[in-house]
Amino acid sequence: MTRRVLLSAFEREGDVLAATEACRKAGLKIVDVFTPYAVHGLDHAAGLAPSRLPWVCFALGLAGAAFKVWFEFWTSASSWPINVGGKPWNSLPAFVPVTFEVMVLFAGVSTVIAFLFVARLFPGRRAAVIDPAVTDDRFVLVVEQTDAAFDVAAVGRMLAGFGAVAIEERVEGGRR
Amino acid sequence: MSEALRLTVPAAPGSLVPPRDSDRHGSFRQPLVVGNKSLSDVTRDICSPMDTRPTALWWGGFLFSFAVMLLGAAAVAYQVATGVGVWGLNTTVGWAFDITNFVFWIGIGHAGTLISAILFLFRQRWRTSVNRAAEAMTIFAVMCAGIFPVIHTGRPWLAFWMFPYPNTRGSLWVNFRSPLIWDFFAISTYFTISAMFWYLGLLPDLATIRDRAGARWRQRLAGFLALGWNGSLRTWQRYETVYLLLAGLATPLVVSVHTIVSWDFATAVIPGWHATIFPPYFVAGAIFSGMSMVLTLMLVARKTMHLEDYITMRHVDVMTKLIILTGSIVALAYATEFFTALYSGNPYERFVFSNRALGPMAWSYWTMVGCNVVSPQLLWFRRVRSNLAAVFVVTIFINVGMWFERFVIIVTSLHRDFLPANWASYTPSSVELATAAGSLGLFFTCFLLFVRFVPVVAMGEVKGVLAYGRAPSGQGQPSASPIMREGGGSGPRSPATSPTGGEGAEVRS
Repeated sequence: MTRRVLLSAFEREGDVLAATEACRKAGLKIVDVFTPYAVHGLDHAAGLAPSRLPWVCFALGLAGAAFKVWFEFWTSASSWPINVGGKPWNSLPAFVPVTFEVMVLFAGVSTVIAFLFVARLFPGRRAAVIDPAVTDDRFVLVVEQTDAAFDVAAVGRMLAGFGAVAIEERVEGGRR
Repeated sequence: MSEALRLTVPAAPGSLVPPRDSDRHGSFRQPLVVGNKSLSDVTRDICSPMDTRPTALWWGGFLFSFAVMLLGAAAVAYQVATGVGVWGLNTTVGWAFDITNFVFWIGIGHAGTLISAILFLFRQRWRTSVNRAAEAMTIFAVMCAGIFPVIHTGRPWLAFWMFPYPNTRGSLWVNFRSPLIWDFFAISTYFTISAMFWYLGLLPDLATIRDRAGARWRQRLAGFLALGWNGSLRTWQRYETVYLLLAGLATPLVVSVHTIVSWDFATAVIPGWHATIFPPYFVAGAIFSGMSMVLTLMLVARKTMHLEDYITMRHVDVMTKLIILTGSIVALAYATEFFTALYSGNPYERFVFSNRALGPMAWSYWTMVGCNVVSPQLLWFRRVRSNLAAVFVVTIFINVGMWFERFVIIVTSLHRDFLPANWASYTPSSVELATAAGSLGLFFTCFLLFVRFVPVVAMGEVKGVLAYGRAPSGQGQPSASPIMREGGGSGPRSPATSPTGGEGAEVRS
């Protein structure tokens, strides 16, 4: 599957924010926006749904804590109970610190792994760089030319009106 | 795919670079980065040390640190081969230099997490200039800290016994009621989370190094390590979500780590250790010492690496204020300890504290008070805060003072215990001194390598707090675009209504 896209490059955060919002309001399909830093408000401007990664963090944090409480109970009170200074086998308050640490470890590591997985980032992956300048000082807005009614000239004029410094048409094969 | 964009639509003549009136956004206070930087200026400034050969000063510092590190390694090797007896410990003073250094280094690390996580949650945008270096400092400091408990076990090759794994001894599990096991979990979790947090923050900058002109090997290595980062909006959004989550996790983590370190002492019955004030006292002390170490390092880096535009006087000013705050908490804790001892009616408690201030080790106590309580008071004066040499000297004093704080807590509490027949003194052996110096050598070796091979300032974050390009450039009104009128006519926003506002650290999840 190939698709035709219209790329427009901006030099300023404010321009790309305004252009993205305008494209979304005009009903254009925004494929992606490439930016050198996290532009705040751009996900709203592009109509992007919030990430679901906090759920991974919550679920795995809870799972880690639950596992650790069980494990501490099992090792200290069931598998091989050892009398340490006459303390009860099941010293729940003493289990709190390690439970907390393991919860943080599970939640943090799993969130990062989930992020790398869903963002398809892994060592040695060849980056699909739309323009080498996007990691330096360029903002590139990619709009899909959905059908024949897509008026390249009109959209181009609009984007130029928002301060686009370069506009280019590209044909993309499949997903990037 | 990666050729530069062709300029196909000429914009209105002369309008591409309009007057940047709108850049005055947020100008009611000093800018975070001075010098009117554009985005590519940031890339160039931060990456330039990587393009040049190291200076003689760098080589001097590196070789010296490396030599000291080797000295420490030799001391550790000798100690491991011979036994813990080569240290100056005795049956009364069973913990001294080793645990002092351990707590000292862990404390140093905590300021890095304060800057990267806690100040992030508090929307302190100035952190972006120093967080990369402070987090690197955290990782290296925790590495140094981890050495000491392990070598103090005497048989470091059995250190894996601290991990609760199924074994052939029954399975005999670790004792989860022991603060030393809590410590093992706390330090290893802290190191893992700090390292991940740091690497995650490094991804966009690695992609920048990959995409800019430079040595071929460096581009390839950065490309490998950048994991295919391409600046996509969706990835940025997820990245910011993960960053917020990790900051939210690291904040209670950093408090828990030093709380647990303080429990190594507070759960014991030794007068001078057995105090409920220890967790907050230790956490404040950790941030106090770490913040002064950050300043020590950043003042040197700022000068030698020409980062004056990024680490400005404003940064120095806020960090010195944080030092005053945490230093005051520490001073209050010292006073509270004495009050508690006096008010407890416990003769052992009272003795330990009068012995601390007036006994044979009083010199260490008063060194601590002089460095940690008296010297930060100079920072109340703006003239001192704006004099970098003076700030540097004060931070050195605090680094020394905070080392002595741990020494005082550990050694003066132990050396005269309940039975006068057991009283003893403590003098570090040359092996201990060499090991302590070696940990400093390791720390500075790592830090000097870091400033050469990694961007010292988080470019991807600093670009987000520049005044540059915040508001739309204002050219090209909706009249130029027919689609705009059809689509609801929301033209470029005026700066006043821009939802991005001034809150650079805003993150939505």
